Amino acid sequence: MNTISPVMPSRTKSLTIGDADWVRYALVVLTLAIIGVFLILPLATVLIEAFAKGWTAYASSLTHPDTVAAIKLTLLTAAITVPLTTVFGVSAAWAIARFEFRGKSLLITLIDLPFSVSPVIAGLIYVLIFGAQGWFGSWFSDHDIKIIFAVPGIVLATLFVTFPFVARELIPLMQEIGHEEEEAALSLGASGWQTFFKITLPNIKWGLLYGVLLCNARAMGEFGAVSVVSGHIRGLTNTLPLHIEVSYNEYDFVGAFASASLLAGLAVVTLVVKTFLEWKQKQDLKA
Amino acid sequence: MSQSNIMPGFRPAIGFTLFYLALIVLIPLSAMLLKTFQLSLDEYWAILTNPRVLASFRVSFGSALIAAAFSGIFGFIIAWTLVRYPFPGKKVFDALIDLPFALPTAVAGIVLAAIYEPKGWIGKLVMEAFGIQIAYKPLGIVFALIFIGLPFVVRTIEPVLQEFDKAMEEAAASLGATRLQTFIKVILPNILPAAITGFALAFARGVGEYGSVIFIAGNMPYVSEIVPLLIITKLEQYDYAGATAIGLTMLLLSFLLLLSVNGLQWWVRRRSGQL
Repeated sequence: MNTISPVMPSRTKSLTIGDADWVRYALVVLTLAIIGVFLILPLATVLIEAFAKGWTAYASSLTHPDTVAAIKLTLLTAAITVPLTTVFGVSAAWAIARFEFRGKSLLITLIDLPFSVSPVIAGLIYVLIFGAQGWFGSWFSDHDIKIIFAVPGIVLATLFVTFPFVARELIPLMQEIGHEEEEAALSLGASGWQTFFKITLPNIKWGLLYGVLLCNARAMGEFGAVSVVSGHIRGLTNTLPLHIEVSYNEYDFVGAFASASLLAGLAVVTLVVKTFLEWKQKQDLKA
Repeated sequence: MSQSNIMPGFRPAIGFTLFYLALIVLIPLSAMLLKTFQLSLDEYWAILTNPRVLASFRVSFGSALIAAAFSGIFGFIIAWTLVRYPFPGKKVFDALIDLPFALPTAVAGIVLAAIYEPKGWIGKLVMEAFGIQIAYKPLGIVFALIFIGLPFVVRTIEPVLQEFDKAMEEAAASLGATRLQTFIKVILPNILPAAITGFALAFARGVGEYGSVIFIAGNMPYVSEIVPLLIITKLEQYDYAGATAIGLTMLLLSFLLLLSVNGLQWWVRRRSGQL
């Protein structure tokens, strides 16, 4: 930058604009040290601990019936919650980014609310409603429907903690894109759904996938909220994170870290895909 | 009430949005309010002033505060380096920053406990060098919360640093300011609001954090027992009223803190002439 400025500053003066070399090196080393200790070491430790007793111990703890049941329940929970959160996110973004109405900013604040609520509270509120002493607890138990300490409770708690994930990606994105293209399609006679599928969806697809990806990661990894409502029944109501806790507390460290390695793998894949989607979306917005 | 545009679907979209919001978030959350209102003021006060409850609030808020301060400093250094200096593998390191967001808290919890326990990699080093035990002590909670809070700070400061107009630095330097003066008087005031936001987000997350903390905390009542764990303990004893009263108080205190941080931020912005 300096070299093309008409008034050439002397070399010594231009140095005061950037940082001294020793500052640069010190800060880069410090940054790498913090990232190394706080981020890379934990990731490496998962693998080291999971394989501490070799490949066979790792494989046998992953094929244990309780682990398999936990994996299945985790997948089931994500399969129910991710589509619901996605549909909600799209409909909330459509209402908020395409229309003007009173109380809009309050609505956005309320959608973000679950982010600032402790996961334990997210579980607690469903126990208050559906638990044995809860408001509707006796009605459900009279009709032989189990919600708390059963799969529906786990799904409800996960719905709460993943609530804002898709909406908060789509709202700013759809506001930025604007509605000229959609209006053009509508005025040319396209129906609402045609406009949505042919114009809106292609425009927001990377942002939508981004939200779905993060929502899925949270749905599969949620611990605190699910822990409150699950009851920790082996093979029945243990999701993978809960299975990790149970194994760890029983000093089955290889088992705990083997299950943890699956979720750590999911986290790494999530980060890679996320970086790719961010890049794609930037390209789309530039175009 | 909708704008006079030709866009269709307002009623079904807002209808479903409000219905789902009420069903999943608002009605369940209001259950907590109603449950607490069933208590008399004396009962509520007795639950809160119980020494064990008070101690857990001290542990949760104290460790979240210290951890958020460290996350703030570390996060600032990382954001600065990532934005300003080129170095090999930068893209990978930048993507890694979000690991604590993506890694399930239970995984983070057992991994951090394994690293910082007295026989763990870092736990052993620190134990031998300084005679300090990290895991199963309040210090362990702080380490777990620094891990959790780091990305909040980096991700709020990064965009502000990227947008920052270097011409301001050049102007300060050409007017004779030293690098340190430029940093303190020009750069820092511009970054401060974002840094405060990052700090507040890290703090708020830290207060309610459960999964990554309980494995490393030791969970000793009065010493290293966090509020979320106490809520779960009360629930397991079927003390719904106690659990709810503590939960609601924690929620209100966090909101109050976030609100005052927003106020502080507004004040900083106004002072530095950004409003």
